[in-house]
Amino acid sequence: MPELPFPLPTVQQVIFSMVAALTVFGALVVVLAPNLFHSALGLVAAFFGVASVYIIAEAEFIGVSQVLIYVGAISTLITFAIMLTRGMMFGATSPRNRQWGTAAIITSLTFLVLVAIVSSVPWPAVGEPISQGHEIIAGLGRAFVNEYVIPFLLLAMLLLVALAGAIVLARDYK
Amino acid sequence: MNWSDALIQLQYDLGAPQELSWLVEGVTYFIGAFILANAALILALLLIWITRKVISRIQDRIGPNRVGPYGLFQTVADALKLLSKEDITPASADKISYLLAPVLSVVGVLMALAVIPFGPALIGADLNVAVLYLVALGSLGIMAALMAGWGSNNKYALLAGFRVVAQLLSYEIPMVLAMLAPVLLVGSMSMQRISEAQALYLGPINLGIGWLIFLLPGAFLIYLIAALAEAEQTPFDLLEAESELIAGFHIEYSGMKFAMFFLAQFLNSFFLGAIAVVLFLGGWQGPFAAQIPLLGPIYFLAKTFLVYVVIQWIKGTFPRVRIDQMMQFAWKVLVPLALALITAQMIIMKLPLPIWLNYLLLLAANLAVVVAVLNILGSYFEREQVRSKRAFAPRSLIGTMQPVQSSSGD
Repeated sequence: MPELPFPLPTVQQVIFSMVAALTVFGALVVVLAPNLFHSALGLVAAFFGVASVYIIAEAEFIGVSQVLIYVGAISTLITFAIMLTRGMMFGATSPRNRQWGTAAIITSLTFLVLVAIVSSVPWPAVGEPISQGHEIIAGLGRAFVNEYVIPFLLLAMLLLVALAGAIVLARDYK
Repeated sequence: MNWSDALIQLQYDLGAPQELSWLVEGVTYFIGAFILANAALILALLLIWITRKVISRIQDRIGPNRVGPYGLFQTVADALKLLSKEDITPASADKISYLLAPVLSVVGVLMALAVIPFGPALIGADLNVAVLYLVALGSLGIMAALMAGWGSNNKYALLAGFRVVAQLLSYEIPMVLAMLAPVLLVGSMSMQRISEAQALYLGPINLGIGWLIFLLPGAFLIYLIAALAEAEQTPFDLLEAESELIAGFHIEYSGMKFAMFFLAQFLNSFFLGAIAVVLFLGGWQGPFAAQIPLLGPIYFLAKTFLVYVVIQWIKGTFPRVRIDQMMQFAWKVLVPLALALITAQMIIMKLPLPIWLNYLLLLAANLAVVVAVLNILGSYFEREQVRSKRAFAPRSLIGTMQPVQSSSGD
């Protein structure tokens, strides 16, 4: 076998590039698709890509939760909202409005800042490999009811208040 | 030894170089996935045949009996017919979602195969979040229904899509809560560990009948009812209520694309049965399964086919419910009962009692749930029966020579 001028990518790198391409493609569809429903579908693809990144990083619980919550609940909710909004279901809607130039500048600046931060922080290369059959969820659950019980309960309370508030706002006053 | 380890070892023995370990592993998993996915597609033919035979026996017919022995190849002939049909795409359909939806619905169902333990060492991937993974896969089916309903550009299909999504979302909640009961008891979400925990040791001998259904009959009942709705099987099959609603979200589909939705539906009911077997009916456990590993897959498939036949039996026996009855039953009966059951189980498991007393209390709580579900259903059916009798009683008084009473308001 002749020497290659560059090292062969590992399997993980190949899979990661495919997943990243899917995520970026989904995100671009969200922004650029002329049809709002296609944007929602692009969002689903992007969520799947992010979930796959979590799974590549051996955080299966977060990856599966990502699919469960973002694809199963939030995307369905978004799709329902789009479908029930009259006039948006069929036909093209322009994905741009007057402020698209400003938005483009701000997002590209944010991207540059993020790139600068990500490339300057010394990330720990690879931590301890997770042993076979190690239950990440058990540790997570224990942390939720011991050290982080108050933030956890506060978050739950916040969601409950948001839920009640949404019902009050949406109620039909007669 | 795991099947994948055995296959990897076989490849090295055949002369695969050690440096290409990633390729060897990839080939191994590809072989596993290929066999599983194709076996599932062939299995669907068998499942449809079973459904037809069971339903026709219930209806006092013989069922398919012309093509092949016992009519076994009837489904093959039907599949060939569907393949040769014209493949129509409506002119104003949204091409992307219209064409992607059938594929997505089948993919979402087939992915469940990855975590189902067929035997002590026969499992695609022993994820430690397997139960959650199975729940997350349901969201793919929901997206497929929405995409099909919207992409067909037909208002009936869109309405049916909404209906199906409402049904799937509502019944997912009691199903997940019922699946939580064995997870709490075993303390793991891995399907393989849940199967292993259902052994029953008599001294050193594994009897293999420590099935969780004996401890958690209430959770099993809630799971079974919710799974029927998730699989869109008959008491809850508003998806394909041909006689009342025009078909459903697949109204614009024809040929093989139409068949794919049905393929997904049959496989889904089989896999939900398989999950019930793993969580409640002991998985591959059974007498002598620990001594003779070959018995594991046999026990597993036998139990799963049994659950499938029971589902078809229910399909042949029960009338279809209305959408409002279905939603009420999910939100007012199943969800509160499942929540109460899980809360009771959590409290009971933390009580400082001897373990057998804990189990006894757990069983009592579950039996209470079973009695509650049956009571509520029974009184509801009684009320409905009285109401429908009244509704169909002759109201016209022509010929009875009685003065018409105008005050009655019904």
